[in-house]
Amino acid sequence: MSTLSQPARLIVEMELARGFGRRRLRMIALLLALAGYLAYVFAAFDIAGVASRMRPENAQTLLGDFWSHKTHVTLDRRKEGLEVAIEGEAKGRYAPNAFPDWVHTGAQTVVDLPDGAQIIYTETGAWVDYPGFGRITVTRDGRRIDLALPAGAQMPDWISASRTRVNITGSWWRFSLTPARTETFRYAPGWELFFFTLDSPYHGKGLGDLAALALWEPRLEPARSNFAGMVEDIWTNKMWRHGDVVWALGETVLMAFLGTMGAGLVAFPLAFLAASNFAPGRLIRLALRRMFDFFRGVDGLIWMVILSRAFGPGPLTGALAIFMTDTGTFGKTFSEALENIDAKQVEGIASTGANGAQRARFGVVPQVAPVILSQLLYYLESNTRSATVIGALVGGGIGLLLTQAIITQKDWEEVSWYIVLIIAMVMAMDSLSGWLRRRFIKG
Amino acid sequence: MADAALPAADYLALVRRKRLYGAILLVLFIVLMASGFQVADGRNAGSFANGITHVFDFPKEILSEALRDWRNLPGFVVKFFPSLIETLNIAAVATLIGGVLAAVLAVFSTRGLALWPRAIPVFRRAMDVMRAMPEIVVALVLIFLLGGGPVPAMIAIIVHTSGALGKLFSEVAENADLKPVEGLASTGAGWLQRIWFGVGPQVAPNWSSYALLRFEINIRASAILGFVGSGGIGYDLKTALQWGQGKYDQVVAIFLLLFLTIVLVDTFSDKARARLVRGRVTP
Repeated sequence: MSTLSQPARLIVEMELARGFGRRRLRMIALLLALAGYLAYVFAAFDIAGVASRMRPENAQTLLGDFWSHKTHVTLDRRKEGLEVAIEGEAKGRYAPNAFPDWVHTGAQTVVDLPDGAQIIYTETGAWVDYPGFGRITVTRDGRRIDLALPAGAQMPDWISASRTRVNITGSWWRFSLTPARTETFRYAPGWELFFFTLDSPYHGKGLGDLAALALWEPRLEPARSNFAGMVEDIWTNKMWRHGDVVWALGETVLMAFLGTMGAGLVAFPLAFLAASNFAPGRLIRLALRRMFDFFRGVDGLIWMVILSRAFGPGPLTGALAIFMTDTGTFGKTFSEALENIDAKQVEGIASTGANGAQRARFGVVPQVAPVILSQLLYYLESNTRSATVIGALVGGGIGLLLTQAIITQKDWEEVSWYIVLIIAMVMAMDSLSGWLRRRFIKG
Repeated sequence: MADAALPAADYLALVRRKRLYGAILLVLFIVLMASGFQVADGRNAGSFANGITHVFDFPKEILSEALRDWRNLPGFVVKFFPSLIETLNIAAVATLIGGVLAAVLAVFSTRGLALWPRAIPVFRRAMDVMRAMPEIVVALVLIFLLGGGPVPAMIAIIVHTSGALGKLFSEVAENADLKPVEGLASTGAGWLQRIWFGVGPQVAPNWSSYALLRFEINIRASAILGFVGSGGIGYDLKTALQWGQGKYDQVVAIFLLLFLTIVLVDTFSDKARARLVRGRVTP
């Protein structure tokens, strides 16, 4: 700069300033365009409306179910006797002679609740003893329901009552009375019956007891050893269906494995015919290229629709859908890898009098193997995640279980369990493929 | 002579062992493929042998219907075009927002750039979890909370995109030259300025290239999410399929739109990426 004369220096500085100014202007224009686009899309998506359509009560059920469960104590007027069932499901029903210790049966049914409240089921309705408030009497009169508060009490906001229904909410419990049924829901943290269902002899035992039973104590059932019994009862758990879930996870990995490796096996020989330095003819090369483009361009969604019609729901259909799109992808990338090899190595092998197959085996394969292997492993890993989505659509694997559990909108604890398993599965495949890549493809 | 023979014997033994390992791996692979196929075939509703003879039934049926009513096709293409735009918008916005989040996550999880180096593992694990989350999981849960529409799909794709791109971005940023950053630091530049002016220009081409590739992937994901109930062309495809016979011309129109879009975007982004990574030739 110091060598420049004063006017020349001014010109350079002006040029520089103008350059910066132009670049800044371009940056601002780009940001404005992006902001405009986002504004348009958000208006088109009706983002403002989303807030009004949101269902917070759903979020509450979901969050509650993620880490707690409820037990229903139901007296149905159309059925005989009291029913105590976890999540109100037949699979979680307590035997009438083995109710939990907070349900007292006798002349009257009394339910103890975690915050000290007590509910007494009477002939004509129920009494709810709410701590610090007093006794609330709910009586059923034909189709009508009457509510009587303790003398002088105001209607609190945790009671909602109409002529045909009374709802009372406490901490960790809820009570509801309708003309047909009296029901108490008692909440407790944790996932219910995760290992053993109520009909299993191992239900309700602590970790120490179970270890003792498995190792040295006498058999609970003569037919099977304690350890085998435990494994079998967990595997066939009716509430959580652990066996089915493990199978479903296996199916998902299988879909990814069969689809990816099958596509690799088919695409590899075809890639030779589509690579410019190996293709026997221009026409074959171009035809294959277009075919690869076609297989890639037909979206996985389209393949799924077509294949489900022919093969029906199941893991094979999912594997074939992965196979179809990936054959196109691999054909393209493998042939590109083949085009990028060093011809000298092949010439060197040829100079020793090697035939075509030997030239390919010792001249070409060592050069492309790392690229191809790492591609295969990368796709295997990413297809494991896709297989969850594909499974949900073609009906196989963990994706199917997940969508079923979500659609029933009831068993959110199962949904969260599946999500945990899916993430663990994908991360495990991720590390496995990373380990294999490091192990087999050095450098 | 005996001395010279030893390494040769060693070498031969090594080769033999390598071949043995190769053969074992190959056998294992074949067994896995064959038994895996058996299992998948057994657990499928229809068998492979039976299905393969019917592969072309459905395409034949819809194509013959489309050929018969080919006059309807242009009308349907126009009718479904707005849904296609919605699908593209979901993918584009998710790629944009996901890309920005990924850039932030990447900077926070790269050694030498992170503002809080101790928190690097936290950000890495967060990205791993986001990456492992299949879009359909987030989308279905959000549909339950927010109702149908494009927003659940958008958020679902954003979650996965920020994790996936974040990892790639961070790999690029790790290879960035730190000298410009040091130079900027010597002039008293703040952390944000160091990243923006020191690292930004170095990583911008590769980051944009990865983001474009992600956009291609996200279009496909967005179409699939439409199928499970969040708007766009996937939803139209589902309804058209439910109408069944007689309405297959609609299905063909949607297939056509999807196919053309994907080929078009792929071609465009291939060219753009080649230019980004190789760079423009400056005279």
